Amino acid sequence: MMETLYQLTNVAHAYGERQVLQIDTLDIRQGEILALVGPSGAGKSTLLRLLNFLETPTHGRIQFQNQASQPMPLHLRRRVTTVFQRPFLLNRSVSANVRYGLRLRGRRDHTHAVEKALEQVGLHEMARQPARTLSGGEAQRVALARALVIQPDVLLLDEPTANLDPQNVALIEKIITQLNQEQGTTLVLVTHNIFQARRLAQRAALLMNGRLIETAAANDFFHHPTQPQTAAFIRGDMVY
Amino acid sequence: MLEIAALSLRVSGVALGISALTGIPVGAFLGLSRFRGRPFLVTLVYTGMGFPPVVIGLFVYLLLSRNGPLAAIESAIIPALFTPGAMVLAQSIIAFPLVAGFTMAAVMGVDAQLHLQARALGATRWQTAVTVLAEARVGVLAAVIAGFGGIISEVGAVMLVGGNIDGRTRVLTTAIVLETRKGNFDLAIALGVILLGLTFVANWALLRLQGKEE
Ligand SMILES: Nc1ncnc2c1ncn2[C@@H]1O[C@H](COP(=O)(O)OP(=O)(O)OP(=O)(O)O)[C@@H](O)[C@H]1O
Ligand SMILES: [Mg+2]
Repeated sequence: MMETLYQLTNVAHAYGERQVLQIDTLDIRQGEILALVGPSGAGKSTLLRLLNFLETPTHGRIQFQNQASQPMPLHLRRRVTTVFQRPFLLNRSVSANVRYGLRLRGRRDHTHAVEKALEQVGLHEMARQPARTLSGGEAQRVALARALVIQPDVLLLDEPTANLDPQNVALIEKIITQLNQEQGTTLVLVTHNIFQARRLAQRAALLMNGRLIETAAANDFFHHPTQPQTAAFIRGDMVY
Repeated sequence: MLEIAALSLRVSGVALGISALTGIPVGAFLGLSRFRGRPFLVTLVYTGMGFPPVVIGLFVYLLLSRNGPLAAIESAIIPALFTPGAMVLAQSIIAFPLVAGFTMAAVMGVDAQLHLQARALGATRWQTAVTVLAEARVGVLAAVIAGFGGIISEVGAVMLVGGNIDGRTRVLTTAIVLETRKGNFDLAIALGVILLGLTFVANWALLRLQGKEE
């Protein structure tokens, strides 16, 4: 039994009057890959922002490594990072972007780490290029390298392969698997690609209209879902 | 004539330095934070941007004059009227809202996604602010250029608080006014050309800095 890393209890999040998230309970376990699927606007990205402590939920409690203080202490917050749906790179060189997280932590010994991270995503030749000249897919890989370099305990990925060609999708998926198996990194992966979720995740959760419909081990989730909505979603029907 | 040009540069340069050191942080703060009273301060800054320099000159004049509130205080920081120090003070006040206002606009123009991204990578509030400011650097430089343009060519305030004293507080703009009045058009034009040249060179230098980024 893996240890619980995150524990969400009665978490609700609203923007103004609009409630976009309502999660009674969700546990994320140390060292797992959890796939988060659901229709557009379901609240997946919002949930990731809460898990990265970028926003404070309007209600409820998010416990992380047995800490539930709000705001989360910096050293714990720095164990988590996100690769966003829309990668936002700084208007600097590629390597300066990758270095950024290390510099924030006051680390100067970054040359090797930066090179290694860029190599991992297959972009080591572009280290000096200005980030704004990159293609969409390259930018997304730089965003991943920038997250890898800080060696987080938890990596939140918001559709990390949405802009990529099949070859790069395979590359990223390999990185994700390696990270999980070799470093024991916990990953939460938001994806619209059911096949990808099946390939990578040990557990999966379906989010709809801000509510968790079903959370289960990947095999059960994809092959024997208990909820009709889950079955329909996996089949590709639109269910609202 | 060289002396006059040098004083112009010195007064406006120091004033620009002061207004940049104060205006950039204030502009960044106004652009980054939300608090009660912010709209009021923003309006104040915007008003300051369009405020007639000569009125600021008058204000500084009254402040520093013999019966003014600051005259009684003997302090090294408070300049006396009709000195370069007084001119620096007036020009700093003129340039401050320009620098702060344009910096604020530049900072607000940075994508809100960047704030999230910086924090997600582990930035503290302070580090986030620095990152946003760095991202807005082109706009911040434009703010400094606007501030410089606002004071190097300014005549009313320096005339009032400086007094256009030969060899002490005479700068290019006030000298031009004087020579024109005296009918020395050739000299006035020459001074004007120097002013134009200085402004051009200064802006060109700043733009080169900016160009390196683009
Ligand atoms: N800052 C915000 N202010 C107001 N509403 C927001 C904000 N962020 C998200 N929302 C709303 O919350 C809902 C959930 O958004 P979220 O981005 O979490 O969806 P998602 O599941 O990630 O969708 P997608 O698959 O399209 O990325 C949406 O209806 C969105 O409009
Ligand atoms: Mg999303």
